[in-house]
Amino acid sequence: MKLREIAHARTGDKGDITNIAVIAYRAEDWALLEAALTEEAVGDFLGAGAGKVRRYALPQLHALNFVIGDALTGGVTRSLALDAHGKCRGASLLDMQVQVDPTAR
Amino acid sequence: MTVRIGAGAGFAGDRIEPAADLAERGKLDFLVFECLAERTIALAQQAKLADPAAGYDRMLERRMRAVLEPCWRNGTRIVTNMGAANPEAAARAVREVARDLGLSGLKVAAVTGDDVLDCVADLPLAETGGTAGELGERLVSANAYIGAGAIVEALDAGADVVICGRASDPSLFLAPLVHSFGWAMDDWTHMGRGTLVGHLLECAAQITGGYFADPGYKEVPDLARIGFPLGEVEADGNAVITKLEGTGGAVTRSTCIEQLLYEIHDPSAYIQPDVVADFSGVSFEEIGSDRVAVRGGDGHPATGKLKVSAGYRDGWIGEGQISYAGPGCVARARLAIDIVAERLAPLGDEIDEHRGDLIGYDAVTGLPEQQAPEPPEIRMRYAARCRSCEGAGQVGEEVEGLYLCGPSGGGGVTARVREVIGVASGLLIATEVRTSIQIFEA
Repeated sequence: MKLREIAHARTGDKGDITNIAVIAYRAEDWALLEAALTEEAVGDFLGAGAGKVRRYALPQLHALNFVIGDALTGGVTRSLALDAHGKCRGASLLDMQVQVDPTAR
Repeated sequence: MTVRIGAGAGFAGDRIEPAADLAERGKLDFLVFECLAERTIALAQQAKLADPAAGYDRMLERRMRAVLEPCWRNGTRIVTNMGAANPEAAARAVREVARDLGLSGLKVAAVTGDDVLDCVADLPLAETGGTAGELGERLVSANAYIGAGAIVEALDAGADVVICGRASDPSLFLAPLVHSFGWAMDDWTHMGRGTLVGHLLECAAQITGGYFADPGYKEVPDLARIGFPLGEVEADGNAVITKLEGTGGAVTRSTCIEQLLYEIHDPSAYIQPDVVADFSGVSFEEIGSDRVAVRGGDGHPATGKLKVSAGYRDGWIGEGQISYAGPGCVARARLAIDIVAERLAPLGDEIDEHRGDLIGYDAVTGLPEQQAPEPPEIRMRYAARCRSCEGAGQVGEEVEGLYLCGPSGGGGVTARVREVIGVASGLLIATEVRTSIQIFEA
């Protein structure tokens, strides 16, 4: 199953740091989200360098916030990237496969 | 007492119509326009150097013509950072609009002091690794993110419109709440809650369904006529986020959670000039149609330091694009990238950095191992950051040259050049930044 089926996302930028909030639509998917979206898994999927991803959890909102350093090739003002803000990254993250334990659902 | 505070713009180019609607029908106490991005102030500073009466938001007069009369009639006071590099000139311009509209007696306050260009020579900058002074003539602007204090002072002095330059975005909203409720500036819980309200509202439509719709998954009704948000704030700092009846968009728990985390790093430590706001215990509850109650914001003592944003000239970016279609379009676009790179190679050190992208394929995601199927068409984009405007211009010229001297079937070339304003940041002791206000009466 793709992450998109259970969660939505929003991306923001500050300087050369991007943050992606991932939020479960349903309370019952929170545990899966929390287990599947480790710092490492998200970093690997987005091609972020090792140790560049920091995760913060807000359980009462069923939300995870991923903060990714050195993510915007120098920041929005001088980056050569087409999407210099990295605004599209959150939506691309929703393409990630997440494992579902069939006995758990 | 409930304070009704609306968002009239979330960025410099934002739509005017929803702000005019809020001014007319919102029964607002305050309408706040956030219009100043990081690099905008450096561009404004350059405009001011060329013309001492310029350097403020180019849409200021248009926005004010749309909202000033209804705001005056409805007792709604305006707070904005549209002063950019020149709040005093902006205040004079607003006074002229007020006079044109016959709003005699309207008071416009200019907040100054954020411009610290004259005292940052020794300030270390994180991004450049050197001091601001070492940027020499390339340094264009240096502005401290000031807090709510000076805006509160202007409101206390009776200003109907408060115009500042660089102020922290949430502080534009926090200040009217401090003014209305009389919160102490070291009452950290209330500072945190007011900052939370400001953070939720500062991007305007981003909490009413903008930057949110995803057909089939996240539906937003009537997005074309999206309304801007307002907060109904209580004296304890908790609030209801809503929008006007009859406008498009939606205010839901989901739109609020997305905006809560927008551009946030550690949710328990959102560092602001007025407070270190703590959003870790925030909750949202849908209490009606397009009505969401927000509770549980908190705050910790301010750091006593202000972030300074320095703008500096950092060369020029030249860019060109060309399309290819049909079988083999990816291979032809890749060949085009190689050709442009080879033709630009003689520029040598003139080029700081360059890249070729395939739009529709790898330009945005940039995933290195991605083996996507070939799309029916592709757009090649080549970009380079150069030392000079002339060098940057050659990038587009070489892409255009692909028409006759490149792969088969290239079409639809576009090219552009823009100056790069780099932004670097440092920290100043807050007490070293002296703000002041000046009032202009129509």
